[in-house]
Amino acid sequence: MASVTFDKATRLYPGSTRPAVDALDLDVADGEFLVLVGPSGCGKSTSLRMLAGLEEINDGRVLIGDRDVTDVPPKDRDIAMVFQNYALYPHMTVAENMGFALKIAGVSKDERATRVLEAARLLDLEPYLGRKPKALSGGQRQRVAMGRAIVRQPQVFLMDEPLSNLDAKLRVQTRTQIASLQRRLGVTTVYVTHDQTEALTMGDRIAVLKDGVLQQVGTPRDLYAAPVNVFVAGFIGSPAMNLFDVDVVDGGLKFGTAVAKVDRETLGATKAKKVTIGVRPEDVKVATSGAGLPVNVDVVEELGADGYLYGHSEIDGKRVDIVVRVDGRNHPSAGDKVFITPEPDHIHAFDTETGLRLTKKAIEAK
Amino acid sequence: MAGSLNITAATIDPALLDLPWGVPLELWPDDSIAALPKGISRHLVRFVHLSGYVVAIKETSAELAKREYDMLRTLQRLDIPCVDPVATITNRTDADGNPLESVLVTRHLKFSLPYRALYSQTLRPDTATRLVDAAAVLLVRLHIIGFFWGDVSLSNTLFRRDAGAFAAYLVDAETGQLYSGGLSNGQRENDLEIARVNIAGELLDLQAGGRLQDDVDPVEISNGIVAQYRTLWKELTGSEEFDQSERWRINQRVERLNDLGFDIEELAIKTDTTGTQVRIQPKVVDAGHHQRRLLRLTGLDAQENQARRLLNDLDSYIATYGDGSVDEEMAAHQWVAQAFEPVIRAIPRELQGRLEPAEIFHQLLDHRWYISQNQKRDVPLAEAVQSYVDNVLRHRRDEATLIDPPTGAFTLETEVVGDDDEDDWRKNV
Repeated sequence: MASVTFDKATRLYPGSTRPAVDALDLDVADGEFLVLVGPSGCGKSTSLRMLAGLEEINDGRVLIGDRDVTDVPPKDRDIAMVFQNYALYPHMTVAENMGFALKIAGVSKDERATRVLEAARLLDLEPYLGRKPKALSGGQRQRVAMGRAIVRQPQVFLMDEPLSNLDAKLRVQTRTQIASLQRRLGVTTVYVTHDQTEALTMGDRIAVLKDGVLQQVGTPRDLYAAPVNVFVAGFIGSPAMNLFDVDVVDGGLKFGTAVAKVDRETLGATKAKKVTIGVRPEDVKVATSGAGLPVNVDVVEELGADGYLYGHSEIDGKRVDIVVRVDGRNHPSAGDKVFITPEPDHIHAFDTETGLRLTKKAIEAK
Repeated sequence: MAGSLNITAATIDPALLDLPWGVPLELWPDDSIAALPKGISRHLVRFVHLSGYVVAIKETSAELAKREYDMLRTLQRLDIPCVDPVATITNRTDADGNPLESVLVTRHLKFSLPYRALYSQTLRPDTATRLVDAAAVLLVRLHIIGFFWGDVSLSNTLFRRDAGAFAAYLVDAETGQLYSGGLSNGQRENDLEIARVNIAGELLDLQAGGRLQDDVDPVEISNGIVAQYRTLWKELTGSEEFDQSERWRINQRVERLNDLGFDIEELAIKTDTTGTQVRIQPKVVDAGHHQRRLLRLTGLDAQENQARRLLNDLDSYIATYGDGSVDEEMAAHQWVAQAFEPVIRAIPRELQGRLEPAEIFHQLLDHRWYISQNQKRDVPLAEAVQSYVDNVLRHRRDEATLIDPPTGAFTLETEVVGDDDEDDWRKNV
């Protein structure tokens, strides 16, 4: 087992002026499950490939444990790309399927048997070791594929969008399996996804990237409660946080016909006349009359106990889309006009110019 | 089926519309299914007859189907031997309006063989080695254009006979990615390691199934791809330095590459400041040196080694019959009319699907050599043809589109001969 360190690691593609990954500083603790997340082109896969040795590092270093691996070829880095290949061989037993890579690597027969058995126990595959893959269920086959990586006993597991090819149901199932297996194994894991839900549900910590630059790294709760900037605020959470620009007024922020109270510390952090306000869908109160931001309801999505109201408003002549979590049964209907106000103490404020967070305290989910 | 089926294709074959797209591929009626040898696949793949040719249909997600279709088209434009993408079909629904998986349609490569079809009982060591060599050439060509495969294996490759060797074609581009700036050494090494492990796994699997001759060592053969790849990569891309007085080494390098079947399109030549040392490095190389020469001279399209063989015969023809004054094009024209075409015409119609014409000609040359040795005389071509047809060709199976045994799903892990597995365990992976 080992930690992973990116030390100002930079990847600049030939002929490109902007680095794909720009001076990435990131420490992954021994045994940690770290998720790299961001929109396509943000540099998450490139970062993973730099760690794997597939991308040249133009500047900075990458370390696995205390060892500088910046110039070490992929196969000598003691890492395993999991799910790179799902192929299971039909004539080989489960044990042979799990252990054949060790055979190629020249590991002795006894050692192979020990490692395969150990992995099989972790994966609940022990009773099947003598069977051929065709006698296994789909889930078991997938665990055999994981077993292939585990028996190599690598220092670090790397996974690049491993679930992207699966259908929705299997994706959720496998997501849980991978996360629980990783915790049982305790192997440091770096996992890449573009899906923030996957990131939130799987990672011990999450690193959010955009345009090759690390935006924020923290626990799922950190990122949810205190996003450092507008980008992270809008990226983490589903449906996304409502974000729009409002005027600073005496004692708070202008929220339609109401004033959203904001603490003095937050307001003191800027001299600007406008700030970007962020309110999560679950932190909005809906009323049919009274003060607040007027919203025209476009559609209400019912999800059983809860529902989501999608509507729009107008601020300074600009259309603003709004999402609000509502009761699954008692909610306004499409075409209604409602007034919304944020829950007190559940307002994230950001500097409109820089996008940086102004609110000092974290805002926990209700 | 809802009327919103979405077909993307370069050239639309109306017959595509007649296929039962509203039914999951698994349940397609047998009358539309063609029986072909099978490989290992993650997705369900079936072969279907379509107006005079056979297509492979793979069920996958819309995004992956589109991506692979585009990738195969790009690879084709870059002259990489790969299967021919025909269409992607998305928005499939069944009779009740439930969504079905999208598909990628590729045209079956005529006379191509999956590695599992290249032996009747057990795989011989030299066949295994030749397969691995062909895969190494393909991998080098892919890496030269900046393509990272990500899933190199014999299963993801189809093979065509090539005058005693094989020519490899890429079949599955799903995991591949093209890097415009070229590949890093790490990426190439990783692909090579994937190839080594996958090929070892595939051969170990044959061994476990009793399909590998006892003297074949799967690990040793799979290691062969690494050595073969490195040799070829060095020859095609490496720089060499020599003294100004040794300038003949430039020609020597060009000839070595030609022998390997490559042409140099661009060669960087640099001299040092003193002007005494020269450094050369090929910048752009193109496979198909002999193929192109054969095509230019005769209009015949053949694999690289077949072309080399045919050109050798053409050269000896010119040496024997030429009076020294005839130009090469004229002589080539005569050779086609007097040597090549009569042989191909002499093949009975029912045997024409056994092998490609160029491969037949190559085998005939081999056959003539053997019988000439045996009979201690120069057997004329016409006589050799008859003997070849009766003693060799007639006993071969048809390889144009191999139809043995009848199969259901392509995803079965079975062999062409002596298949004793009953279930498709891979179907739901």
